[in-house]
Amino acid sequence: MSYSALTKQDIQEMLRAIGVSSVEELFNDIPQALRPRSFNIPAGKSEFEITEYLKRLASKNAVNLVNFVGAGFYDHFIPAAVDAIAGRSEFYTAYTPYQPECSQGWLQAIYEYQSIICELTGLDVSNASLYDGGTALYEAAMMAVRFTGRKKIIMDSGISLIYRTMLYTYTSNLSIDFVEISVVHGQSAREELLKHLDDKTAAVITQNPNFFGAVDDHSDVVAKAHAVGALAIQSVYPLALGILKSPGEMGFDIAVGEGQSLGIPLSFGGPYLGFMAVKKELIRQMPGRIVGATTDKDGKRGFVLTLQTREQHIRREKATSNICSNEALCALRATVYVSLMGRDGFKELAELNYQKAEFAKDVLSRIPGVTVKRSSPTFNEFTVMLPSSADDIVYRMIDKGFACGFPLGRFYKGMDKYLLIAVTEKRTKEEILTMSDSLEASL
Amino acid sequence: MKLIFEKHREGSLGVSIPVSDVPLSKPLDAQYRRVNQGDLPCVSELDVVRHYTNLSRLNFSVDTNFYPLGSCTMKYNPKFTERIAALDGFASIHPLLPQLMGGGMLAQGSLEVLYETEKLLNEITGMRAFTMQPLAGAHGELTGVMLIAAFHKANGCRRKYVIIPDSSHGTNPASAAIAGYQVIVIPTDAEGSMDLQEFKKHLNTDVAAVMLTCPDTLGIFNPRIKEIADMAHAVGALMYYDGANLNGMLGKCRPGDIGFDVVHINLHKTFGTPHGGGGPGAGPVGVNEKLIEFLPIPRVIRRTDGTFALDYHRAKSIGYIAPFYGNFGVILRAFAYMLLLGKDGLIQAGEYAVLNANYCRVKLQEYYDLPYPRICKHECVFSASRQMKNGVHALDVAKYLIDKGYHPPTIYFPLIVKEALMIEPTETESKETLDAFIETMIEIARLAQENPQAVTQAPVTMPVKRLDETKAAREPNLRWKK
Repeated sequence: MSYSALTKQDIQEMLRAIGVSSVEELFNDIPQALRPRSFNIPAGKSEFEITEYLKRLASKNAVNLVNFVGAGFYDHFIPAAVDAIAGRSEFYTAYTPYQPECSQGWLQAIYEYQSIICELTGLDVSNASLYDGGTALYEAAMMAVRFTGRKKIIMDSGISLIYRTMLYTYTSNLSIDFVEISVVHGQSAREELLKHLDDKTAAVITQNPNFFGAVDDHSDVVAKAHAVGALAIQSVYPLALGILKSPGEMGFDIAVGEGQSLGIPLSFGGPYLGFMAVKKELIRQMPGRIVGATTDKDGKRGFVLTLQTREQHIRREKATSNICSNEALCALRATVYVSLMGRDGFKELAELNYQKAEFAKDVLSRIPGVTVKRSSPTFNEFTVMLPSSADDIVYRMIDKGFACGFPLGRFYKGMDKYLLIAVTEKRTKEEILTMSDSLEASL
Repeated sequence: MKLIFEKHREGSLGVSIPVSDVPLSKPLDAQYRRVNQGDLPCVSELDVVRHYTNLSRLNFSVDTNFYPLGSCTMKYNPKFTERIAALDGFASIHPLLPQLMGGGMLAQGSLEVLYETEKLLNEITGMRAFTMQPLAGAHGELTGVMLIAAFHKANGCRRKYVIIPDSSHGTNPASAAIAGYQVIVIPTDAEGSMDLQEFKKHLNTDVAAVMLTCPDTLGIFNPRIKEIADMAHAVGALMYYDGANLNGMLGKCRPGDIGFDVVHINLHKTFGTPHGGGGPGAGPVGVNEKLIEFLPIPRVIRRTDGTFALDYHRAKSIGYIAPFYGNFGVILRAFAYMLLLGKDGLIQAGEYAVLNANYCRVKLQEYYDLPYPRICKHECVFSASRQMKNGVHALDVAKYLIDKGYHPPTIYFPLIVKEALMIEPTETESKETLDAFIETMIEIARLAQENPQAVTQAPVTMPVKRLDETKAAREPNLRWKK
């Protein structure tokens, strides 16, 4: 079975037309010495059997834990309409819209996606998506390096360790000079940052809320970066932008982030959605596909892939990025998700996340031995200090049915007793209270 | 069609948000709040659903049209894999669960999928180990070149160049450059393969790698590929296999057996996962023995008790390429596809892909120039240069095909063929479909002689006529604004 539609008779007719006697003859150009030394693949099975097998595997995953783990990837509710639209095979079985006349649906959807990302971030232009929040951050950093001709990047250590590690990996052969700034009382250490900021700095990068959940206003950081000719880049949690000051309002040049919270399932790490928005001066440094509006011969509005002279299929080794396939279907999910929420619903949802987390903070702070970090405001995620190893406590809580948070000691030295707790709109009052009781009993 | 923003009605809401069940807390300080809420559209659920459903109908897709887009392997995407990827046990698992203490046990099902998929890919390609992390083909290329750089660095040599033939995908030189290498471009010879004389001239101990696509972008298997690999290895360079065209030699030849050191596979091409309008794809990277220690972390391992775990303790690893374990949802679909086809199905997929491509080749070679007239693998590349004499370009051929309900082949690529028309039918198309397509292509060739205007006016049946791409680039309008 290979989903082929050819009958035996078709094959005979086709071989005759080609002028060969067997299909094997079409492979005569592959020397015998290069034929597979082995090809030990199990025999094919039926759809039914494979479905049963994979259902069994799915059931080995712990789906029934009440989830308070976030750390950049969040358990939000996804309206059914998002799945219904993303499940339209006219969308998911198409490819990159190279031929605009027969791809207007995709092109318009991406144009709408770009517009939504601009509205959320308060910036001028966006692209058709990148792989994920980490690769988007890397692309942003490299844009700054190209744009300024400088090689020093100052990063807040409140940026997810996952993303910082990705940046180091990607630039390991490029002699980029990274400086990491500490987090003090939850927020970026301003004095330390100013000490390192100079006319060799290509960019200052922050994250809001930062990995510890703390919300900050980086307007002052941006102003200082601009004063030395550096760009300012912020990595953001898009759902939080329902209430948080946007990167545009703080003056940032580039906003990037992980779009998973916008209607994309957690799915064990992917596919996700890297988004990017920039000020218009940076358009030509942007990586990836960009959709633009134009008109047809009759003056009717239509959409095309544009500014392609930045891209690998034209510029090859001089392209701004090597990206070709992106995460279009995830971008579509985000577009439908945000359209369903609308301006008002999106804000309401963000407020609800904030309120639930504030409630959880209050409840948890009443547990003797638990300290909720309150030095800076938070959105839907916050840090608590436990009386002993957070790792051990999380382990014990799993037996009680809770993934109660992410132990920060996993990523940060000396933070073994700290736990990062995310509370989305899906967590009910009841769940928060029960989790708190269980936690108290687990200390 | 109107934009979703143009359907905005003040007060409309497309969702039901739960009423808060917690007491009201002090709101976030104004200093941290946005003032400008952004002009997101307020639309009812029906209007959102109708809007995007109607947009979907403006697309050609594999499920609605023949889609012979060369180099993209637009084969049928089985439906059952969609249902599997949507299973709650897979879709709702947080990627950090296995990073909690003892958390590996919380995601045994997903870890097993990753482990078993890697095993299958090893056997299909003849490689020793795969990282499932790269999120697309080009991302795999970058990962692969970084592994090569790490290998040379560990061996104490600094090499500067990557050799790439001029027929390559644009991603190859872009990936090599982004990883910090200079690119040497080798021309193609009269047979359609990399010019060996030129290659030898540039091959020396400063070369880090040779990146090849096989079968190449002309759809041709280079019979001297082993010789190239041996020459590269003789100067200490590594061989990189761009797996975009693996479908053309699936089950007939394995890159590992040829001597390739690094391989990337496009799961969305060869292994039947949907292309999603431009993604998500997945680009796992396979290596042979000498590169395993450099693979990204974490690696999925099987413990002696049969359980699966993540291994982060790998001193020589290049680090993180993706936030987690790759595009899991895509990998899962490809895994299900491979299990369903099995050994015979996979071999048959490759065979019929090649049969279909050669059928198109012989049926059309009388009507279109075929610059490299020989048995092809999964795709064949024609030139519209004969038609161009009458003013009909590859672009016009493409647009006329749209009017007839066909997604056009890839055009103007590879760059070495003038007016290129790159046709990749894939194995899942029927002879009837191919015959009808061939007939239309012949009709275009006839019209190009008799009535070229009928072709150059196309398309006329689509929601828009030809779009002004120059205007789009000169006066960029990249977003809606109130």
